[in-house]
Amino acid sequence: MAWTRKDLVSMQDLEAAEIGDVLDTAESMKEIATREIKKVPTLRGKTVVNLFYEASTRTRTSFEIAGKWLSADVINFSASGSSADKGESFLDTAKNIEAMSPDVVVVRHKAAGGPALLARHLRCAVVNAGDGAHEHPTQALLDLLTIREKKGHLEGLNVTIVGDITHSRVARSNIHGMRKMGMTVTVAGPPTLIPPACQEMGVKVSHRLEEAIAHADVIMMLRLQHERMTGGFIPSLREYSRVWGLSLDRLQQCRPDVLIMHPGPVNRGVEISPEVADSPYSVILDQVTNGVAVRMAVLYLLAGGKAA
Amino acid sequence: MTIREKAEVLDAAGLDRALTRIGHEIVEQAGGADLALVGIKTRGETLADRIAEKIAGIEGKRPAVGALDITLYRDDLGSRVEQPQVRSTEIPFPLKGLTVVLVDDVLFTGRTIRAAMDALMDLGRPRVIRLAVLIDRGHRELPIRPDYIGKNLPTSRRETVAVMLKEHDGQDRVVIQEPEDHEPPSGSAATGREAAAKPRRTVRKGREE
Repeated sequence: MAWTRKDLVSMQDLEAAEIGDVLDTAESMKEIATREIKKVPTLRGKTVVNLFYEASTRTRTSFEIAGKWLSADVINFSASGSSADKGESFLDTAKNIEAMSPDVVVVRHKAAGGPALLARHLRCAVVNAGDGAHEHPTQALLDLLTIREKKGHLEGLNVTIVGDITHSRVARSNIHGMRKMGMTVTVAGPPTLIPPACQEMGVKVSHRLEEAIAHADVIMMLRLQHERMTGGFIPSLREYSRVWGLSLDRLQQCRPDVLIMHPGPVNRGVEISPEVADSPYSVILDQVTNGVAVRMAVLYLLAGGKAA
Repeated sequence: MTIREKAEVLDAAGLDRALTRIGHEIVEQAGGADLALVGIKTRGETLADRIAEKIAGIEGKRPAVGALDITLYRDDLGSRVEQPQVRSTEIPFPLKGLTVVLVDDVLFTGRTIRAAMDALMDLGRPRVIRLAVLIDRGHRELPIRPDYIGKNLPTSRRETVAVMLKEHDGQDRVVIQEPEDHEPPSGSAATGREAAAKPRRTVRKGREE
């Protein structure tokens, strides 16, 4: 199926065939990373602006490498030290950037819906690189690519996502994507961190880690976001780690072919023990590698086409 | 618009003979140099495999075979409404110092070959690059010339050449096709874009390229 979207704002919008398209394209892009000269001329003359209103190393770097390997010019704009500090509104900043004729704006914003707002107002392509607790579509796509690569398929797999589902845009994007690809999703975590509307997204809810991970083909551990833990959601980090952390003991009760994933940054010893993060079951670094390929695919599909 | 088959250019036996001859010519000209065949996806890859078998039969040694997807090197990406699908490039051997024979099914404008040469250069520095095509249908837009040709086939621009191979289409044959209605082609701009988009691929019935 042909890609016709101007923007990539959410996994909720995408159809299964479109997700498959991005994954196929990303798979082909992976070869470029193995070359001595890691550059193809595909997006020569195109400009990608990374507009980041929230801290990010991995995602911004990943988009930057992806753009550069495709020969696009990549410009990083971070909100701190910019005109945002001087009181310029989000939309005004974006309009000003648009006046410089970029082809793609990659945006991360603390407000859910920020990228969707830009997508409506800007003529260029907009990619959501994370908006509040809403969505982070390229993370879900790279997770799906990693799972498909390791398991050979997606349909019918059991995935358990563990941790702070409420505040996690990674979980939300993955749930949408995985459901569309025919996967069974279980979310597990303390009741304070599981949104009540979760079942409406078609997932199972579990409040016991052992039960949730026993039959999982894939376990995705989420980062406990200290910065969002001000509302008394958990009694203490140590207790959270004891009840919800993935330890070596717990790993041994899992399926022998289980994949352990984590979107990073990892809090070693909180949600996942160092032994598990470094075990052969862990595909955490494959996720990072695949992140570049997925972002190359997304930039290609959005920017490569007919000029707007 | 329906497509009408105008003439059969090669049947299965003719196609096989053409590949045998190309195999012999490659061996003769290579004169013992290290050979590799690189097919341009999708049908060029299949043809490269078949020519490699021919060379194995002649020389007793099968040359290395790779496959190249040129999508990322196309010169018309900014002018197409839809993005062509990117396939993977599989060249699992170093190109440095090799005599590389690029293999494609139909040579038309030459733009695919330009893209393929750029792609090869990014992957390494072959000693020589040569070009083998099953059909040369003319209408070059770039100064590119094949070294090994299965069949020269003068065509008009509105005709298309369909190379069918068992592996993809269930049979081995080459036909010329033309649109059923006899309206003249609509404007030179459209023709230019069609040429760059390799129209011969778009008319193959029953296969999504």
